[in-house]
Amino acid sequence: MTAFAFTFYLFGVTAVIAGLMVVLARNPVHSVLWLILAFISSAGLFVLMGAEFVAMLLMIVYVGAVAVLFLFVVMMLDIDFAELKEDLLRHKLLGFLIGGVILGQLGFGFATWRTADAAGGLRMAPIEPGVTNTHALGMLLYDKYLLLFQVSGLVLLVAMIGAILLTIRHRRDVKRQDVLAQMYRDPAQAMELKDVKPGQGL
Amino acid sequence: MAEFLITPLGTFLLIAVQGLGVIAFVMISLLFLVYGDRKIWAAVQMRKGPNVVGAFGLLQTVADALKYVVKEIVVPAGSDKFVFFLAPMLSMVLAILAWAVIPFNETWVLADINVAILFVFAVSSLEVYGVIMGGWASNSKYPFLGSLRSAAQMISYEVSLGLIIVGIILSTGSMNFGDIVAAQDGNLGLFNWYWLPHLPMVVLFFISALAETNRPPFDLPEAESELVAGFMVEYSSTPYLLFMAGEYIAIFLMCALMSLLFFGGWLSPIPGLPDGALWMVAKMSVMFFMFAMVKAIVPRYRYDQLMRIGWKVFLPLSLGWVVLVAFLAKFEILGGFWARWPVAG
Repeated sequence: MTAFAFTFYLFGVTAVIAGLMVVLARNPVHSVLWLILAFISSAGLFVLMGAEFVAMLLMIVYVGAVAVLFLFVVMMLDIDFAELKEDLLRHKLLGFLIGGVILGQLGFGFATWRTADAAGGLRMAPIEPGVTNTHALGMLLYDKYLLLFQVSGLVLLVAMIGAILLTIRHRRDVKRQDVLAQMYRDPAQAMELKDVKPGQGL
Repeated sequence: MAEFLITPLGTFLLIAVQGLGVIAFVMISLLFLVYGDRKIWAAVQMRKGPNVVGAFGLLQTVADALKYVVKEIVVPAGSDKFVFFLAPMLSMVLAILAWAVIPFNETWVLADINVAILFVFAVSSLEVYGVIMGGWASNSKYPFLGSLRSAAQMISYEVSLGLIIVGIILSTGSMNFGDIVAAQDGNLGLFNWYWLPHLPMVVLFFISALAETNRPPFDLPEAESELVAGFMVEYSSTPYLLFMAGEYIAIFLMCALMSLLFFGGWLSPIPGLPDGALWMVAKMSVMFFMFAMVKAIVPRYRYDQLMRIGWKVFLPLSLGWVVLVAFLAKFEILGGFWARWPVAG
């Protein structure tokens, strides 16, 4: 077995096992940790395919940011694990049904998958030799599909503004900190020296 | 010998030995960094600092490390044992892992990959897991609060670090450290380095690096006055040592990043003097001196001030700088002062 095949199987098997454990782990926090392992393994697979830029983005965006937020939320949940398991068993049939339907759909999807004749060759060499895949991706996103890329960015921006609008709450009854006002305060404005006579007070 | 090295076993052994070399360098410098940190701190406060073990107390860190190792490991009763021990190991391993792509000289690099800077960024964004997992697995209030705080803190400052790095990448046109340093080469010595064209970002990067590595004045995860020691409360003995070592190695990594990105790595500051790994080490040491001085001089930030500075000051500034640099580089203002890709190739 070559080093390449060994690395491929190492990452592949780890990804599959970690994916299974995401579902099977009893503790939700462990599930998220397994999910992170699955992400890292798939990043390794990307590196093997020669897509190191995508691999690093997967690590930075999914592992470094998205999974942290997952972990953040899951950690703060106060879950009774025994109750959760009981609930899980009650819906076992429904769960298997949904899983079966999705598997069937995927199966049908792949069974009728057709590719163009030229696709096989393109898949072997997706980018021209001598061009790093960072450059290749940049050419695709910012030159060839610039408009589509910018429009999808706009869609995300709209979604973000929408989420902020839905959750923002202007409360006028709370005192807020004005940092600039604080910084521009000097001793002359902020305090007053008083000469207190003994026995008199202010 | 040369034939043996290109066989699979030979390649494997060569990489292993080189890796051990880098780890040895990092660990040995760690010993003296901790010592230097304490000495500088002591000097600012007009104390003597460690001065008993070895000449001038040089072996104090060794003694401390030994002390931690031989202590008893206390595991909290309600803790998640596996994650509890995984967390410190993870933080140490990740801190060392990023050194695989850090070059010390033109050819002295373990893995010369073309997305090196992204790799460092990815690994340092993973470091937050050591903190979160440690805080959660301890199953105790203070560690949990500490880990929540630091998770938010480390994520916030990663954003501005990333944007500052984007500015450097725009100027260089490459994500390889070798190219980034080569782009800073020129006949003006230290005035060719990126600190001049990217001047405001050097300050931002330094402050963000402080926050990212949980160094004072942003050491809120372990703020001992309110959270006892944050996520590390329940840790003792070797796991605690691993956390501390991981933290210092991450700081040293940030020093290396600063000197590679802004201060020309192994390039000599004075034209005519030879370049070399010694310059790199010297620059890293100066950076670490700055880190130590900040710890000694600046009081700790309040948490909401830290978040405000991260999101409302640093993020807009660094984002604006990226846009500005993109224009300055595209139109080659000042004869390509910001556009070094012709040099880097």
